[in-house]
Amino acid sequence: MMLALEMYRSPAKFLAAKAVGGRIPGILTGPAAPLRLVTINEPKAERPGWARIRPILSGICGSDLGMVTGSTKLYFSAVVSLPFVPGHEIVGELLDDCEDLPKGTRVVMDSVLTCEARGVELCENCVSGNTNRCDRITVGHVAPGLQTGFCQDTGGGWGNMLVAHRSQLYAVPEALTNERAVLVEPLAGAVHAALRAKVQPGQSVLVSGAGAVGLFATLALRELTQAGRITVVAKHPKQRELARAFGASDVVAPDEVFRGVRRSTGAFRLKPDFGAGEFLLGGVDVAVDAVGSKDSIDTVLRVTKAGGRVVLSGMPASGADLSPVWFRELEVTGTYASAREEPNGRPAFETALELAGRAPLDGIVGARYPLYRWREALDHAHSAGRLGTVKVAFDVRAS
Amino acid sequence: MDDRTPPLLVHNGEGFLLERFPLGTRVVYPPEALPPVRDVDEAIQNALLNPLESEPLPELLRAGMRLTIAFDDISIPLPPMKKPDIRQRIIEAVLELAAQAGVDDVELISANALHRRLTPNELRDIVGERVFRSFFPDGKLYNFDAEDSANLTHLGQTKHGEDVEISKRAAESDLLVYVNVNLVAMDGGHKSTSIGLASYKSLKHHHNSHTMIHSRSFMDHKASKMHHSAWRMGEVLTQHVKVFQIETTLNNDIFGGPLEFLQKREWEWSLKDQASMLGTKRALAAAPSKLRHKIFTDVRSTYGLTGVHAGKIEPVHDKTLENVHRQHMVEVQGQSDVAIMGVPFIGPYNVNSVMNPILAACMGLGYYFNSYRGNPVVRKDGAVILYHPVDYEFSQLHHPSYVDFFEEVLAESTDPATIEAKFEKQYAEDPWYIHLYRTSYAYHGVHPFYMWYWISHALDHCGDIVWVGANRKTVERMGFRSASTLSDALEMVSHSVGRSPSITYLHNPPHLLADVR
Ligand SMILES: [Zn+2]
Ligand SMILES: [Zn+2]
Repeated sequence: MMLALEMYRSPAKFLAAKAVGGRIPGILTGPAAPLRLVTINEPKAERPGWARIRPILSGICGSDLGMVTGSTKLYFSAVVSLPFVPGHEIVGELLDDCEDLPKGTRVVMDSVLTCEARGVELCENCVSGNTNRCDRITVGHVAPGLQTGFCQDTGGGWGNMLVAHRSQLYAVPEALTNERAVLVEPLAGAVHAALRAKVQPGQSVLVSGAGAVGLFATLALRELTQAGRITVVAKHPKQRELARAFGASDVVAPDEVFRGVRRSTGAFRLKPDFGAGEFLLGGVDVAVDAVGSKDSIDTVLRVTKAGGRVVLSGMPASGADLSPVWFRELEVTGTYASAREEPNGRPAFETALELAGRAPLDGIVGARYPLYRWREALDHAHSAGRLGTVKVAFDVRAS
Repeated sequence: MDDRTPPLLVHNGEGFLLERFPLGTRVVYPPEALPPVRDVDEAIQNALLNPLESEPLPELLRAGMRLTIAFDDISIPLPPMKKPDIRQRIIEAVLELAAQAGVDDVELISANALHRRLTPNELRDIVGERVFRSFFPDGKLYNFDAEDSANLTHLGQTKHGEDVEISKRAAESDLLVYVNVNLVAMDGGHKSTSIGLASYKSLKHHHNSHTMIHSRSFMDHKASKMHHSAWRMGEVLTQHVKVFQIETTLNNDIFGGPLEFLQKREWEWSLKDQASMLGTKRALAAAPSKLRHKIFTDVRSTYGLTGVHAGKIEPVHDKTLENVHRQHMVEVQGQSDVAIMGVPFIGPYNVNSVMNPILAACMGLGYYFNSYRGNPVVRKDGAVILYHPVDYEFSQLHHPSYVDFFEEVLAESTDPATIEAKFEKQYAEDPWYIHLYRTSYAYHGVHPFYMWYWISHALDHCGDIVWVGANRKTVERMGFRSASTLSDALEMVSHSVGRSPSITYLHNPPHLLADVR
């Protein structure tokens, strides 16, 4: 038996959570939350290639919060299996030998549950290394679930134990601290987003959002592409400071985006009649939405130059106005998790491990909570930007 | 000022307040309004027919010639003049002589350089209904466009290598008549044509931080580097174009009717003045900001004409300066540790618009600070204390580049030379600002830089600059400090000027020119 946080099916609570919509996290993480701290059976690692992992640190991701606050799309419900233990950003220790990795190895985990992990014949995407696009995430010998942390059978990082397949694991170099290693999963996502953005040398980029996703995307764009000016939209003082440290050329406030982008790109700024949103003729070559809100998506679509690329890196809300996609012939690209084979010919996790070693990441894990203080942890993660924190994590060993 | 002195009126944006200054404060009032010329039309005729160092105007006019009349834009006089505008009267007189001579190729150009275009109504206010109707519909009355490269002519360079590039129409005219209103000594002379009708390429030679920091003062063209440059350009210009300059000077009679108390000395206020002061103050305090704004933008002044001179540029301008100095000059004995000034609701660049923070700074530290001859009123490293709310308020229509300048440029540096090097070219060449300047009613993208360069002399000279009652954030963005009261401000500057500094209050407006001995 082990202690774990469990997401369970409760339509009423889901709706209640959705109704308060994340405005009042105190209530959300109160009795209405579809989450509970329980003692449950440990997941089993009986098949070849699978091993047990004891998480050390386990991050709280935006998609986890979305799930708890009910703002996540119902689209998701077909690809998870309830109840499950959330947590897909982990650094942990192997409790068993796992093929070439001996017991005791510190590992990080690519959480996508691909064909290989599920023991089914590889789908087309898995064959080509686009593992994050796997089409078999609901079949095979583990319960449906797009990733570890959304699957009934594997357990997740918010519990005392989980199981993972060798294909998901990457050994952590000795020199890398746990506080850095726990960031490798979101960094891998950022590596993937930066490479998907296909930024040509000298092109201007806008990153909307300076939470973990936006900041890491900025870092990856600066490190892995020859982007010219990178403008980051940041709300809070600490975010502004970090955005610069991570490679932003300039930082603008949310209500300053049109002005700032127009200025830096020499675009024309138009304001239609009847209260419709303004837009630019001209603008950035590439925009990355790292927020997922309607406002943020509306903005990035409106400040990207004709023929430019918009990368949706946060889980998008509904209701954005797609007129600019049509009128400006934008190329809209989604990015989800990360791939075994990225455009640079390597797994995103390898690149991310290198980034984690050299990027200015000290202090990025700004708060650690034991599992039993999960309400405070989620509250904190919910207002992380305002509180000057980038990443909140569970200190699972202290639980 | 002694203990019997009543509180003094201080302009404070769209309002004013009554302030008690420390004992011993020296108050410098603008001189009384000079008596105006009785018969304005006669004075104009006289100037046109008996010009200085030039043939009379009728002798310069002949059938088949190309005649261009350029005139000062809306930035002067301040506040705008009651109708008819003096420019209208002069232009009508010139057009009448031109008609008698059979001249039919005439164009009228508002010499707005990089200022915003005037709206048709604003043009009509200046030239009058008749002239407007005869010329505007055919496109013969228009704003100068410094970005219309097809309609600019490069006349050459000065001996200092400065480009002289002006309106093609003006350059190719057989005669260029310039109609000027001289409210302050800075205007007129060669500045009219070689700045008013010039492109950015030409203007950047003197509108830069180096030149402007070394212009002591703008009100004295012999001590102003900017004017030296304009004069050199004028030499080149007048070698190519025959210019007939007409300059006018106005008196200090700017607040008539119920606002008359604004230009009287407080101890001379009659009961009626006191009543209108209190009434106005109360009404302004109660009025919503929109109405308050309207009350002020609707102010029209009753200036009297103190002189009109025509002919060759230099002798005309000498006469003009005599008149301007006669009206504005006040002798001030010695510099003081602290200068205090109230910044009013209007400046040259916010007519019918909003006094944004940069313009407020420019009004106080560009205009008023530089209103001296000899030496600044405040000693080197002394303190300047200003009054204005300095609200975060911009007109997107008129000052789009100002918002960006405030948000982007000043966030990076307030040092004129630094921002000039890093940002000026970008702003000057930004296609959107150029588009708005040419087709809408926006100041040119580079204009806020000029405003900032203009205050560079004050920034360089003063130890402390403190604003009373101003928005803390906007003032700090510009590198200044704010205080809630005058005594707080004096406290803040006491480390540099001591606890009992000598203080001068410049009782602007009406305008004055401090002749500091
Ligand atoms: Zn995640
Ligand atoms: Zn697959």
